[in-house]
Amino acid sequence: MATLSEAAPVRSGQPRRSFSSALLTGLLLLPASLWYLILLVVPLAIVLVMSFGRASRIGGYEPGFTLENYGQAFERSTPFITSLVLATSGTILCLLAALPLAYFIATRGGRRKSLLIVLLIVPFWTSFLIRTYAWLTLLGPDGLAGFIGDVVGDSGFRILGTPVAVLIGVVYGYLPLMVFPIYVTMERMDRTLIEASKDLGAGRWATFRQVTLPITLPGLITGSILVFIPLMGEYVIPAILGYGRVFLVGNQLVLQFLEARNWPEGAARAVVLILIMLISVVFYLWFASRGRRTREISVL
Amino acid sequence: MTASLSPGTEIYPGPVSARPRAVVPDGAIGPTPDVEIVDVTKRFGTVTAVDRMRLAIAHGEFYSLLGPSGCGKTTTLRMIAGFEQPTEGEIFLDGQPIAGVPPYQRNVNTVFQHYALFPHMDVAQNVGYGLRQRKIRGTEERRRVAEALELVRLGGYDKRRTWEMSGGQQQRVALARALVNRPTVLLLDEPLGALDMKLRKEMQLELKALQREVGITFVYVTHDQEEALTMSDVIVVMRDGLIQQMGGPTELYERPVNRFVADFIGTSNFIEATVVEPPDEGRHVAVRSARGLTLRGRVTDDEATVRVGDTVTVASRPERLEVVPADAAAPVGAGITQINGRVQQGTYLGDQTEYRVLTEEAGELIVRHQNAAGAGGAPGVGPGDPVIVRWQRDANLVLAG
Repeated sequence: MATLSEAAPVRSGQPRRSFSSALLTGLLLLPASLWYLILLVVPLAIVLVMSFGRASRIGGYEPGFTLENYGQAFERSTPFITSLVLATSGTILCLLAALPLAYFIATRGGRRKSLLIVLLIVPFWTSFLIRTYAWLTLLGPDGLAGFIGDVVGDSGFRILGTPVAVLIGVVYGYLPLMVFPIYVTMERMDRTLIEASKDLGAGRWATFRQVTLPITLPGLITGSILVFIPLMGEYVIPAILGYGRVFLVGNQLVLQFLEARNWPEGAARAVVLILIMLISVVFYLWFASRGRRTREISVL
Repeated sequence: MTASLSPGTEIYPGPVSARPRAVVPDGAIGPTPDVEIVDVTKRFGTVTAVDRMRLAIAHGEFYSLLGPSGCGKTTTLRMIAGFEQPTEGEIFLDGQPIAGVPPYQRNVNTVFQHYALFPHMDVAQNVGYGLRQRKIRGTEERRRVAEALELVRLGGYDKRRTWEMSGGQQQRVALARALVNRPTVLLLDEPLGALDMKLRKEMQLELKALQREVGITFVYVTHDQEEALTMSDVIVVMRDGLIQQMGGPTELYERPVNRFVADFIGTSNFIEATVVEPPDEGRHVAVRSARGLTLRGRVTDDEATVRVGDTVTVASRPERLEVVPADAAAPVGAGITQINGRVQQGTYLGDQTEYRVLTEEAGELIVRHQNAAGAGGAPGVGPGDPVIVRWQRDANLVLAG
């Protein structure tokens, strides 16, 4: 009898949790919880409260309740749209560049796989700022722009300061974030599935479209989110390669918090930005998982 | 079908010059084989996986490629499927040379070792995949998918997710997915390897029955001799890229042409011996072992030349040997060999008992005694007992290889 009643809870899939194991779980979660509480939740709450306040005469924050800041944020919404356009096009470009690259490393990498992955990481050992400044030379009058100018016979040809320069910088900077999750899903994918598809009469492209792509979709989603979210707040690359002529939400936030010292208006913009990101990600996840009835193979 | 020991030896009936036969069918030889492998060699770097192979696979038969891992059986299968290209030689499918034809344009389908079912599709979508590639959609697709699922006894499982199914069911889905395309040849790459013993036995019989029902040529790769014996019409035994012997299950078991085949298919006792009398018309020879035991037996390989003084191996199957207590009166008749020994070990296996008997004249011999009702093992025989091992002359298989 004793063994029967002992075994019963296990069989029903609900192992009993002792007090000490619950305590251990709590202790293990404590550092991370504190970290998030102090450095994420509290600052977010401060920003939220601040966004309804007023700017004092000497700048900074004065308590109060007004929706004026949000009105301002929507009135001058161009930076939001520019940011959305940049983040979307940057994500798409990264996706287009990363997909063949990840596919190549995963399927044709062979023994050089690790080397190729390392090569992809190596640039990250150098500071992000330095790498971005390096593009100033590469794209400048002594670099690509000068070369193209010579070829087409237009000495005034410029790349720097245009959206093209910003996009080049963005794809360069964010590509690995896209490549890795895609590479991981492709690497883990059972290679005989591709053989099975060809065996059943599907050519290369049909196989890619019907088998490889759907199976690596979780990697694509993860990569896109990893690129899209930081891109929405990006301001360094536009400032350097776009000469600040491409004005984004990030630039505006910096301007308002550090230069204009209008903290409440900056806070309102930050809240709107966070909302836009949340809505985009939720929409994207919903769209990507639509009609998928399979086991979720998540990368994150 | 007879045997080939050395590369390039003729293994299909007909003259060597019959090579263009696949392109211009010759009435005297019969219908065009479904698959014809002509002098195919496959090398991976310095390793030769398949060595000058010649093989004709007749329509509607169940062929097994049998051999240990690395014998070239899977490589052969992959060359027929189109995943590998022969280094030399030519493969004909339905009489047409298929060099350079990609897998997706060959009328051949494969059942993969681990099934390779698409995880993002349900059962019906998996089975219908091949049809959709050929633009067969809608009602026609649904009808043929249902038909194929019915064939493998999975009717009504259309909407199931494959990864929720048992190994045996996944196996059937993979079969249906291949058969629905009505291929000329169905290739099976050790498809039962991942199943447990009992299910495997069931699936073996089912596969054989299915093959008869659909009448499609099956080429089955396995390292399991029992599996090959159970299902095949023709077994091709391979080793190191070379065909060792080809024939029906009975032929391979009763008349193995060399030591490898005799050892790989079933269990055999081997006695090394020297030929002392040339073969008679029935190809029987007399041989003498190093320890002075004289045996007579038939040379199994019809093509081998055996001369006096040649070294041969005499093989005998354990169930053809008999073990009796040393003091039992056993009549010595013509054509019966009997030698003295001592039982080393007796293992009760249920339906039979296996004895290992150490003999003076033939070393250790394995003897299998079929257990009759009630009695376990041969009466009065146990470890340490002096015994007599005896067998009929026709149990002796003289292997020239």
